[in-house]
Amino acid sequence: MTVNNTATDTATDTATDTATDTATDTATDTATDTATDTGSPAVTWTPDELMTVNAARALSGSRTCFVGIGLPSAAANLARRTSEPDLVLIYESGTLGSKPSRLPLSIGDGELAATADAVVSVPEIFNYWLQAGRIDVGFLGAAQVDRFANINTTVIDRGPGRSEGRLPGAGGAPEIAASCGKVLMVLRHSRRNFVEKLDFVTTVGHGSGPGDRARLGLLGEGPVAVITDLGVLRPDPETAQLVLTEIHPGVTVPQVIEATGWKLRIADTVGVTEPPTQAELAALRALKSGGDTRA
Amino acid sequence: MADIRSLRDAVAELVHDGDTVAMEGFTHLIPFAAAHEIIRQGITDLTLVRMTPDVIYDQLIGMGVARRLVFSWGGNPGVGSLHRFRDAVENGWPRPLELDEHSHAGMANRYVAGASRLPFAVLRGYRGSDLPERSSTIATVTCPFTGEELAAVAAVNPDVTVIHAQRADRRGNVQLWGLVGVQKEAALAADRVLVTVEEIVDELEPRPDAVVLPSWTVHAVAHVPNGAHPSYAAGYTVRDNDFYQAWDPISRDRETFLAWIREHVLEAP
Repeated sequence: MTVNNTATDTATDTATDTATDTATDTATDTATDTATDTGSPAVTWTPDELMTVNAARALSGSRTCFVGIGLPSAAANLARRTSEPDLVLIYESGTLGSKPSRLPLSIGDGELAATADAVVSVPEIFNYWLQAGRIDVGFLGAAQVDRFANINTTVIDRGPGRSEGRLPGAGGAPEIAASCGKVLMVLRHSRRNFVEKLDFVTTVGHGSGPGDRARLGLLGEGPVAVITDLGVLRPDPETAQLVLTEIHPGVTVPQVIEATGWKLRIADTVGVTEPPTQAELAALRALKSGGDTRA
Repeated sequence: MADIRSLRDAVAELVHDGDTVAMEGFTHLIPFAAAHEIIRQGITDLTLVRMTPDVIYDQLIGMGVARRLVFSWGGNPGVGSLHRFRDAVENGWPRPLELDEHSHAGMANRYVAGASRLPFAVLRGYRGSDLPERSSTIATVTCPFTGEELAAVAAVNPDVTVIHAQRADRRGNVQLWGLVGVQKEAALAADRVLVTVEEIVDELEPRPDAVVLPSWTVHAVAHVPNGAHPSYAAGYTVRDNDFYQAWDPISRDRETFLAWIREHVLEAP
């Protein structure tokens, strides 16, 4: 006998997979191999690669990053291999300054500890390092996000008469989003993920609008960018609502509006992100395949 | 003083029906072999405590060992859902599962309070989150010095904490290293402590990065090489990432899951 409700479970499944930011990135890559032509010979990439490359670029100028597993980890490791070689990667398993040669499947992979500057206990990483406000950037994934970049990774409302669909839960996210200097988010763009109203607020982004973070006593600036496979959203300085500021090459604005569950605001001028470079793609693919492109 | 025991005897002596049991190890050093022994002995009605339930609690929950789960992140790391956990919460199979759900920072501090034998711990946490509405172990407290309102989380004091470590000596002093997680706190918070180890040595060689649990804080040590598989023990084994991937299809289906447990746990020595 299998779990009932196979059809309706799929929605939760996918949401859960997004929340846990599956290391099945490779499967997704093959499935959605929509190559984009930039004019230069044979440079092609997948939407996921586009997302990860742009997420890595968002770390430019950062010194320390508290890294969620999955898409955030791919982006942070790519940044360390390209624009930010000195970026200090911090994982909630207690590693400060991990330098893995390939993408870890879990936050507990041995290589994260073996290559770290220091390994500390879990209470120490959360109390002395995160809560104390020592970390510049928190990099998170999400199952559901709303217009104020609040996050749900706890439960999905499956409608009347149905039990709640279970997501993995909070993990480190509430305090990462509270205490890091700023927060970057990376997730795939769909109406299921970008919702009008969260079923549960696990992690506060900008709450219900301007001033909420200060009122709640949240130390950091909160989410400054949400990078998706379609483009980049940033909070409006006046309203704290996410606004579409950039689209990726080959993506249209109506496509992003269609994939968003609320009436998305569009910046007066929408930029187009730079296509991934050969170097970025080579570094990302090497990380995923376990090789090291550096000498 | 810790006794060196067989795993079977140690579990039978230290883990009882209805106990609150913490089996810790933050991805590293997860005591899978001890969990399998709990399943084999038919121990039940446990309150299971663990920051990341992981595949180890997916197995215990799927076998109906637990009535309650205290946790902060319930996924298969890097893979996806814990299907037995979800089936229990969403459909009550094989039995309903009560939840007490926290953030990692909250759970870590609950163990710190437990190890310190304090009633609660304070942190800047849960601000603006819906989590406190669903938990009776999250509250707020006002700092008597600054007036700041802070989160208070109740101490966790398990009846039994079970951990896996790299080595112990013959007197039962335990040494573990690598990602040390919350094992020291979980052990010192508990009434009884069971440690499975990769190796028992005559003399522990000091290591600057190691956590040491002196023999007088541990009740039983059992020699169980590879007792963390599919998790790992740094310096001895490597994480079996393929197993974590394989667990996804095994655990999706109730019958496939039960067949796996029969073959690999119940009928295994």
